[in-house]
Amino acid sequence: MAAITLKNIVKKYGDGFAAVNDVSIDIADGEFVILVGPSGCGKSTLLRMIVGLEDITSGDMMIGDRKVNDLAPRDRNLAMVFQNYALYPHLSVYENIAFPLRLAGAPDQEVDEKVRNASKTLELDEHLERKPGNLSGGQRQRVAMGRAIVREADAFLFDEPLSNLDAKLRGQMRTEIARLQKRLGITTVYVTHDQTEAMTLGDRVAVLKRGYLQQLATPRELYENPGNLFVAGFIGSPPMNFLPAEVDGTTVTLPFGTVQIPEEKAERAQGKGVLMAGIRPEFFEDAQIADKVGSDSTFTADIDFVEWLGNETYAYIPFEAPPEVEAKMRELEADLEGEGLRTQLVVSLDGSSRIKEGDKAEIYVDATKMHLFDPATGENLTVDREHAGEIPDHALVTAG
Amino acid sequence: MRKIGLVAGVGAVLVWCLLPVVWIISLSFKSQAAVSGGTDPGFLPLDSFTGFANYADVLADDQFRRAIINSIGISLIATLLSVMIATLAAYAIARLEFKGKKLVLTTALAIAMFPVVSLVSPLFDLWRTIGLYDTWPGLILPYMSFTLPLAIWTLSAFFREIPWEMEQAAQVDGATSWQAFRKVIVPLAAPGVFTAAILTFFFAWNDFVFGITLTSTENARPIPAALSFFVGPDPFQRPAGLLAAAAVVATIPIVLIVLVFQRKIVAGLTSGAVKG
Amino acid sequence: MTSATVATPATDAGKGPKSAPPEVSDRARHENRLGQRLVAPAVVVMLVVTAFPIMRALYLSLYNYSLTAPEDRQFIGLSNYLTALTDTLFWRDIGVTVLYMVVTVAIELVIGFAFALVMHRVIFARGLIRTSILIPYGIITVVSGFAWQFAFTYQNGFVNGWLPFIEDDFNWFGDPVPAVIAIMVSEIWKTTPFMSLLLLAGLAQVSEDMVEAAKVDGATWWQRLWKVILPNMKAAIMVAVLFRALDAYRIFDNIFVMTAGAQGTESISFLTYRQSIEQFQLGMGSALAVLLFLSVLLVAFLIVKMFKVDLAQARGE
Repeated sequence: MAAITLKNIVKKYGDGFAAVNDVSIDIADGEFVILVGPSGCGKSTLLRMIVGLEDITSGDMMIGDRKVNDLAPRDRNLAMVFQNYALYPHLSVYENIAFPLRLAGAPDQEVDEKVRNASKTLELDEHLERKPGNLSGGQRQRVAMGRAIVREADAFLFDEPLSNLDAKLRGQMRTEIARLQKRLGITTVYVTHDQTEAMTLGDRVAVLKRGYLQQLATPRELYENPGNLFVAGFIGSPPMNFLPAEVDGTTVTLPFGTVQIPEEKAERAQGKGVLMAGIRPEFFEDAQIADKVGSDSTFTADIDFVEWLGNETYAYIPFEAPPEVEAKMRELEADLEGEGLRTQLVVSLDGSSRIKEGDKAEIYVDATKMHLFDPATGENLTVDREHAGEIPDHALVTAG
Repeated sequence: MRKIGLVAGVGAVLVWCLLPVVWIISLSFKSQAAVSGGTDPGFLPLDSFTGFANYADVLADDQFRRAIINSIGISLIATLLSVMIATLAAYAIARLEFKGKKLVLTTALAIAMFPVVSLVSPLFDLWRTIGLYDTWPGLILPYMSFTLPLAIWTLSAFFREIPWEMEQAAQVDGATSWQAFRKVIVPLAAPGVFTAAILTFFFAWNDFVFGITLTSTENARPIPAALSFFVGPDPFQRPAGLLAAAAVVATIPIVLIVLVFQRKIVAGLTSGAVKG
Repeated sequence: MTSATVATPATDAGKGPKSAPPEVSDRARHENRLGQRLVAPAVVVMLVVTAFPIMRALYLSLYNYSLTAPEDRQFIGLSNYLTALTDTLFWRDIGVTVLYMVVTVAIELVIGFAFALVMHRVIFARGLIRTSILIPYGIITVVSGFAWQFAFTYQNGFVNGWLPFIEDDFNWFGDPVPAVIAIMVSEIWKTTPFMSLLLLAGLAQVSEDMVEAAKVDGATWWQRLWKVILPNMKAAIMVAVLFRALDAYRIFDNIFVMTAGAQGTESISFLTYRQSIEQFQLGMGSALAVLLFLSVLLVAFLIVKMFKVDLAQARGE
């Protein structure tokens, strides 16, 4: 077991393209850290630099107290589960799991003992003699993990290990990985683009965009206190709503009306012109159902479309945005790999709400949890820094 | 209707492929007298059937027996060496980034379309000077250079199909580059190596130009050359029956290989040429 | 990232030299060295038998040099080339060679495509049909030449008897046109399978979905073939044509066996062979070898330009 430290890691390719830019992450011994971000954010490259499959252009990579920048993968004593599992098709499940031990020249008895232990943990006992080609997706996944377990490696690395499984299996395997990691107490770095995995698995989550670290924090911190527009838009589903907002005292003017925000937040947003307000869909409620309705925090809106999911209802409310805000939102959408859709508000209402398409409905909003972003830099002006983990300075300038 | 068309198509393909083969087999069973006299011009040997007489004569011929040994020996050695060298080169081309890769590929392509005959006179001259003329190595070398492009293409196509991750996983599991190559890549590429070997063998077995120009005696003369120089007892009349029997003998190894490895050959031929 | 950057760091690095990479890492340097070492034996073997002889041919082509009188060797500049290029025999043989190439490739393309369609659609007897088609491919060209020569001779052959409008004593090898046809038949028989296998691979790459979509859109079988299938396997067709055309241009074995170049069936390869090996005119032979080599390059260039063959695909990149 060991801590892993990334110090100012940079990866530049021959053509000058920087896949990873000045990323620093401290991973404590036994910690489960997630690297998450859209395609091209550098998360896999970063993982491959940790394991040694990719050169480090500059910066220090430490495992425990050892600087490993120039060590070959086999000298780093790490175990990795690949996206396609990379099982050796010509070897049986048993020999696949035993492969690292065989390479290390372990005696047969030790190999057998360790392989049997791993297969018991992973419930692979009855498949040991089969070839990987005959296994189901979930079984292959477990064999790949078995290969990692027998190693007694210093850390586990996962590269999008669940992306090839169907939704149901993905959920099961997610729990299994989490349980295994807790039991073995082994340092783990896990790459994913799926935010459910990021939120549920990680002790801490590192959000990356175009090679830059945006924020490194616990899932709760990321959700409640995103450091910038990008993180706010990336974490949460359905995503946070962004609306043009003007702040005057504690009054915030939004496209569909005005709401009051706490003084402390309002102070930090004074005199900045048009801002972007970020409100999560669940901060809204059908005014007829909500219990703490006040006239200063309700508004009337034309409901364009309704999706009823049983336990909750999503309602869509279109609005007009000034050109500069709209441009910013399109840019953000592109960063998040979304389509430049119409500007609309998504509100999540209780499942018992009777609001229908075409209604003029009264909607309540809990404005105290609203965040205000500077549209020029993307910085979250109202972030609670004490509860937001690490936010690198550049994330406030370069962000979406 | 569709079904009938398909059956007809299959029939056409089979007739196309097998008719000349049946014809030469039929010819090999006709008596020499009937063939030279033109007394039995039909497709099948009717009143001129001589059983295996022609085969017995052919196999009793010392020159032809030598030619068989030469062909088998030279083709096998050339195949073995060519495939070994091609495996290394193909691995490098499929997996590694190095200066001069384009050059290697272009050289291979250029040699693949090289007119063999244009090498004949300088090679003839050169081989005589350095003593390779009419020897096994004198044929093995050109066979290797002309089969390498095909072997390299076929093999690099196979190597490319092996997921990158397989090798990286081995490295992370603690393998050296050589171990990763030996324990993971080679076993996975074995079918490809085998296919390349078959195609290479076919080329060497089929070669005619080098065979007639770089040899002069039964020392190294391979089957195709021996067939073309095959003269029976009567120098003014080609011994068609004997030739046919010899041709059938020369074709047997090909048919055996095709029967056993049909699938691999088709995969190899197409993977090298059409790469998605 | 992920697959894009993971799978192609090589290409990224490959663009390096132009934009001056920041620094070459140890790993890249090691990889470079290893790669060059691994291809070195192949390159050496390929060049030993081609590069040196072609240089030697260039050199010898400038001499009047005959093996029957080696001591009379004499530098004569470009005379051999001039002699060849002003000789009608040379141009006739070029013409015959191009004729062989164009006719055989055209016919093989049509028959090969028909065979490929049959193999693609057929479910029963798949192994049988593929095994059969590999036999002409694997058979020695000389054997094919013999088989067809005997088939065409009027004394023993079956062709005259089977063809209704041909006299039973018609001599195929007595006149240029039928002799060329007989040679083409042997050539086409032997190489159509290769063509059809390449086309089969191309056919397999045309997605079934697309063909079914065309069917739903109301395309007839003929329309599907011309508007959907053929355009989508253009690359495979072009590569097959390129390979086969260059091969056909070098035609030699069948001519040697079936007519020995008589009756105007001689190809440019055969002429070169005859000059250097049979008549021991190494000087003239070398000049013809160089001209043959140049003409192959020209043919390759013309095909690539004319049909816009994607050479990257031909190289298997």
